Amino acid sequence: MMSSQTMTQAGDNNHGYNYAYLDEQTKRMIRRALLKAVAIPGYQVPFGGREMPMPYGWGTGGVQLTAAVIGRDDTLKVIDQGADDTTNAVSIRSFFQQVAQVKTTEVTTDATLIQTRHRIPETALQAGQILVYQVPIPEPLRFIEPRETETRKMHALEEYGIMHVKLYEDIARYGHIATAYAYPVRVNGRYIMDPSPIPKFDNPKMDMMPALQLFGAGREKRIYAIPPYTRVKSLDFEDHPFDVQQWDEPCDVCGSTDSFLDEVVTDDRGSRVFICSDTDYCRQQQEKQA
Amino acid sequence: MYVAVKGGEKAIAAAHKLQAKKRRGNTARPEVSVAQVEEQLAGAVDRVMTEGGVYDKELAALAVKQAGGDLVEAIFLLRAYRTTLPRLAVTEPVDTARMRIARRISATYKDLPGGQVLGPTYDYTHRLLDFALLAEGEYPGPEPVAAEPQACPQVSGILEKLELMVAESDDGQAPADVTMAPVTYPCDRSARLQQLVRGDEGFLLALGYSTQRGYGRNHPFAGEIRSGEVTLELVPEELGFAIEIGDIELTECQMINGFVGGRQQKPAFTRGYGLTFGFGERKAMSMALVDRALQAGEYQEQVAGPAQDEEFVLAHADNVEASGFVSHLKLPHYVDFQAELELLRKMRREYEQEHGPAASQAGEQA
Repeated sequence: MMSSQTMTQAGDNNHGYNYAYLDEQTKRMIRRALLKAVAIPGYQVPFGGREMPMPYGWGTGGVQLTAAVIGRDDTLKVIDQGADDTTNAVSIRSFFQQVAQVKTTEVTTDATLIQTRHRIPETALQAGQILVYQVPIPEPLRFIEPRETETRKMHALEEYGIMHVKLYEDIARYGHIATAYAYPVRVNGRYIMDPSPIPKFDNPKMDMMPALQLFGAGREKRIYAIPPYTRVKSLDFEDHPFDVQQWDEPCDVCGSTDSFLDEVVTDDRGSRVFICSDTDYCRQQQEKQA
Repeated sequence: MYVAVKGGEKAIAAAHKLQAKKRRGNTARPEVSVAQVEEQLAGAVDRVMTEGGVYDKELAALAVKQAGGDLVEAIFLLRAYRTTLPRLAVTEPVDTARMRIARRISATYKDLPGGQVLGPTYDYTHRLLDFALLAEGEYPGPEPVAAEPQACPQVSGILEKLELMVAESDDGQAPADVTMAPVTYPCDRSARLQQLVRGDEGFLLALGYSTQRGYGRNHPFAGEIRSGEVTLELVPEELGFAIEIGDIELTECQMINGFVGGRQQKPAFTRGYGLTFGFGERKAMSMALVDRALQAGEYQEQVAGPAQDEEFVLAHADNVEASGFVSHLKLPHYVDFQAELELLRKMRREYEQEHGPAASQAGEQA
């Protein structure tokens, strides 16, 4: 029985809550869903998502996954938009410092567990690391077919023609597949999956990643996963192959030309600079130059 | 040039302080006590208990105070607390026919067993601002003498006995628990009713109203609305018999709706059911209208209005979910926005290559 053991570990500073906030029964329920998710890569497993002390839409799915897998030996990194110092990343990090008394870091390579919103770190992840994604809408077919009863059938029957039609219509209308983030992928040749709203720039990093990737959608009560070294292919057409964003300018701070850049507006006359969205990567590049 | 968005931690701490100050207001004025909220803002407390899913007036009042009167925020506070509570036991089903009536009205019978009991209501209040309340020291006077309580059987039960209403009875099935297991569609009635009880009052009111205006009409009569106290009973395993553990206030609405049947099947009225903690009459009536609308499938009715669309109604009724997801738009979306911007610029370049730069509108200068 894991429950009583972990209960007694809970520190005095947990304000009456169990270790890592969730009770052990809930953690067990989430871990069961996780095992199923890992066994069926890309399949959305319904789980009894709980109300969390932060609002739905603000990372409750990711927080529940992190709470279910975190332990005292972990080192946690939390990023939002690639940055460790955005307000919600700060808020989630301090939540786990408080309820799980866990070490935290901003250094990607030092982390055993990384919770992210909207980015995959630029530094390649290693075997043994876990990347937890916060997911707003887990269903890749949702904006084509809003009904859960229908989309579940479509996944079961591998009936994905409608997705390709949508991408084709984009090309016909705009000349491009007009999806720049949350770009759909096919996992292990079977399920079409929403990679969460990461820019499509990050999609190739998911393919054959040595780290375990877990996805949590709290409001929609779904968990899915990509086990290490799993094929993840971004959907495309032979004559319109998948490509990623490129910038004409380097990062204004570190000079990097191969990272995802955020645009910073510097006045109201159109002046702007570009900087790395991944703050840890930007710091590494600056240190290399120094 | 570029100033990094640092200092998130300090900013958050300062924001908490500012909000606390805003909530407290002018400290020269006395602070509102939780007991005052509980007693004097019962409408807010009842709604927060119902949609928060916890019957505890003190905690609900605390949530209302802590949220500065923002009820959706208060509901969220109570839900986040509720989710951490251990499930100790399950009570016996409540028998609302044995409710100690504070208010009971029927719009279908002029008089009926148990009588019409008007009780506390705003129904016949002229909505004139009472400027006397601006001054303090109000005393509403002694409570009016109540009539002797009588047995008060439910209108729906009376109709069921006469076979004028489709009978609904306990099928012995364990009810769903939407707080522990994810909802799957189509839902069974128990899961539906649970979601409706927790659902946003405003959303259900609007949907119920829409059925009255023809978007999935179901011919409702307020068969009966009753409010009062019921006793909760528990059967501890080691005892094997029920013991009373306390009383709670409930409001129940049983709507009598349009009949089904005809030549093939004996015609009978149908019903919609609404229940809330405390005195939540508007919510209970709205819930009953929507509950009936969602039975379209069971009665082979055409789904013609949004209120009859189960997945649409239930997936969007929860205000904690809804306000969370709407408010998350305040979180940074720099990365997604940048990804869109890059695509837009690429498409604009292609447009210029095709049509010449003259065709481009004035605006962004790269």
